[in-house]
Amino acid sequence: MTGFAPIARVFPLAFLPEGAQGVVREIRGGLNARRRLYELGLTEGTLVRVVRSMGPGPIVVEVRGARIALGRGVSMKVLVEVMG
Amino acid sequence: MIRVALAGNPNVGKSVIFNNLTGSRQHVGNWPGKTVEKKEGYASCDGEEFYVVDLPGTYSLTAYSVEELIARDFIVKEKPDVVVIVVDASNIERNLYLVLQVLELGVRAVVALNKIDLARSMGVEINVEELKKLLGIPVVPTVAPRKQGMKELCEKILEVARRGKEAPLPRYGRELEEAVGELEKILSSLELKTYNIRWLAIKLIEGDKAVEKELEKIGGSGKVIEKAKRIRRRLERKYGDPEIYVINERYRIIQDIVSKAVKSARRMTVSDLLDQAFLDKYLGIPVFLTILWILFQFTFIASTPLVDLIGDLFAVLSEHLSGLTGNPYVDYLLFGEYGVLNGIGMVLSFVPLIMALYFALSLFEDFGYMARAAFLMDKIMRKLGLTGRTIIPMILGFGCNVAGIYGTRIIPEEEDRIIAVVTNPLMMCSARLAAFAVIAAAFWQNAAGSVLLSLYVAGIALAIAISLILKKLVFRGKVSPFIMELPPYQAPSLRVALTQTWMRGSLFFKKAGTVILLGLIIVGVLAATNASTFAFTDNVQNSLVAALGRALQPLFAPLGWDWRLIVAVVFGFVAKEIVIGATAMLYGVSEDEFASFIAQNYDPITMYAYMVFVLIYVPCVASIAAIKHETGSWKWTAFTVAYEVGLAYLLSLAVTVLGRALAGV
Repeated sequence: MTGFAPIARVFPLAFLPEGAQGVVREIRGGLNARRRLYELGLTEGTLVRVVRSMGPGPIVVEVRGARIALGRGVSMKVLVEVMG
Repeated sequence: MIRVALAGNPNVGKSVIFNNLTGSRQHVGNWPGKTVEKKEGYASCDGEEFYVVDLPGTYSLTAYSVEELIARDFIVKEKPDVVVIVVDASNIERNLYLVLQVLELGVRAVVALNKIDLARSMGVEINVEELKKLLGIPVVPTVAPRKQGMKELCEKILEVARRGKEAPLPRYGRELEEAVGELEKILSSLELKTYNIRWLAIKLIEGDKAVEKELEKIGGSGKVIEKAKRIRRRLERKYGDPEIYVINERYRIIQDIVSKAVKSARRMTVSDLLDQAFLDKYLGIPVFLTILWILFQFTFIASTPLVDLIGDLFAVLSEHLSGLTGNPYVDYLLFGEYGVLNGIGMVLSFVPLIMALYFALSLFEDFGYMARAAFLMDKIMRKLGLTGRTIIPMILGFGCNVAGIYGTRIIPEEEDRIIAVVTNPLMMCSARLAAFAVIAAAFWQNAAGSVLLSLYVAGIALAIAISLILKKLVFRGKVSPFIMELPPYQAPSLRVALTQTWMRGSLFFKKAGTVILLGLIIVGVLAATNASTFAFTDNVQNSLVAALGRALQPLFAPLGWDWRLIVAVVFGFVAKEIVIGATAMLYGVSEDEFASFIAQNYDPITMYAYMVFVLIYVPCVASIAAIKHETGSWKWTAFTVAYEVGLAYLLSLAVTVLGRALAGV
């Protein structure tokens, strides 16, 4: 993410490389998916770290000390502000 | 008797605690009318008897999933004396979310702070005293696999049950509390004996459909539902969706608790390292396939000697006992080839197979690998309209569909599980492979392998097609978003695996056994009853089943089948292993001569179509019993049998017609 390093910006979680961290700013998408993300602790304002990203595919993130796997569709709808 | 319910997230070690409490005094069944497993048992502590129910593992207590509804309905309606909330200390923040929801119900509760050792090794320090104070209920640190803290947990359960004081209800922000207060005032004027009023108020604000429906049944509730709607609109204008607003309020309290009682300096753990290996971009899938191969091998190799032994034992026993009753008809039904005794042997011979499977699956699930497997396979499986975990029962189905169908237990979503159950019989099991190998070798010699492979592929393709159709038509294309926790790896508990294996194995014997026996008796009666005199016959040619075969012959004429092939298919309903033997017997040739006999009397196209039919139509009576057991519904069982028989007929007809047209016959 060197190109963006100086300024924090908002991206879909799916675009973050492995090891990158960010704060969740917005969760779009259906209520069903949002509800499940919230239950697992992924809410607006929480810090997430990308543990594994399978290219354009599912990703594993760490949130509130737990690891969760998200499909591509879901990870496109979680918008995070990347920590420079 | 003190009634205790265990609640908690999935993968927090709830089953180990349940096992520690109840020992061998437990029973596994299903929740009434559901496919969700229910575990209950008895424990004693200080001379007091406990009745313990292990509620389904859930992250929340909403009305959106069967598991959550079961868990909360049990707490609300059955009113256990104490709810033990099992919490994963290494992941306390997320786990507290369920704790708050349980407390909202107004219950007597104890928190079991499990995996406290893991939390420490991860650098998470929890101030238990502070946590106790903040939650207002007893908190007992435990390490379930080592039985640490079990005695204290029992004592606290007793203490809470005797003292009879409900846990303090969590208090939220001013605005939400005001809204809750407004609704509580109206609710308190209604006759609501079962429910905690405050909980109802919160659920109404969240817009919980199940609670609204329950309330509608009660007279004079219209006013409160109307009021709730107005409050929801008011909150929505300010904060967006009210349900998510309430969720955020809960997390605000959690943050507060965590900041006071938890110190965390997250360190790299063994679990993190294992993930680096298992979730590797390139090695992840090969490693998964290797593990799957080991699982497959273990299940079948570990069980085969026992399966064979039991089968042989009963065959020998039947032989020795035949002639005992003096009545040939009864004798045949009891001790004949398709008789009751052989049937019991067959049912029993499945038990070691299922036990080996459950044992292996339970270890991998416990270890935490299954969630990783689902993640690895999700991308590929999703393209086929399936979820990642479906791969495991599919592969097991190649060994035995009964094992595959029971393996679907690892799929958490009910709809996906039903799809996996219903399509599993299309996986070509080892029994069918054995039968097909004889036919393929007779006709295609060197190309036999490719012919068998084509049948494997046909089965898989059909399973995918049926899954897609079911998903589209029956479940209206609802593709559940892939969101799944990857629990920290842990050493699997041998004790839990063994007890669960034993419970499920014996449950299969009890539940599926009756269906299998019934099927066998029907076939036995058909084979041993003379079609015209209805007396006993030992000549199958004159039996009811032969008459049935002849009656069905016109239907199968386009396929070019003789009535004997039809009868063999009926016998194949018992088990695919006997199709070849039965056909040989009907033609009056020995099994060794069978291959050359069939090669002389049938053409390859007819026999390929025959194999297609045998591949698709019902695998065996045991698999039907398994489908009934796992879906809990005769409707799905009947559907499976119907679509399979229909599809088998249509496809083998298509193969015959197209094959002949292409070959110019």
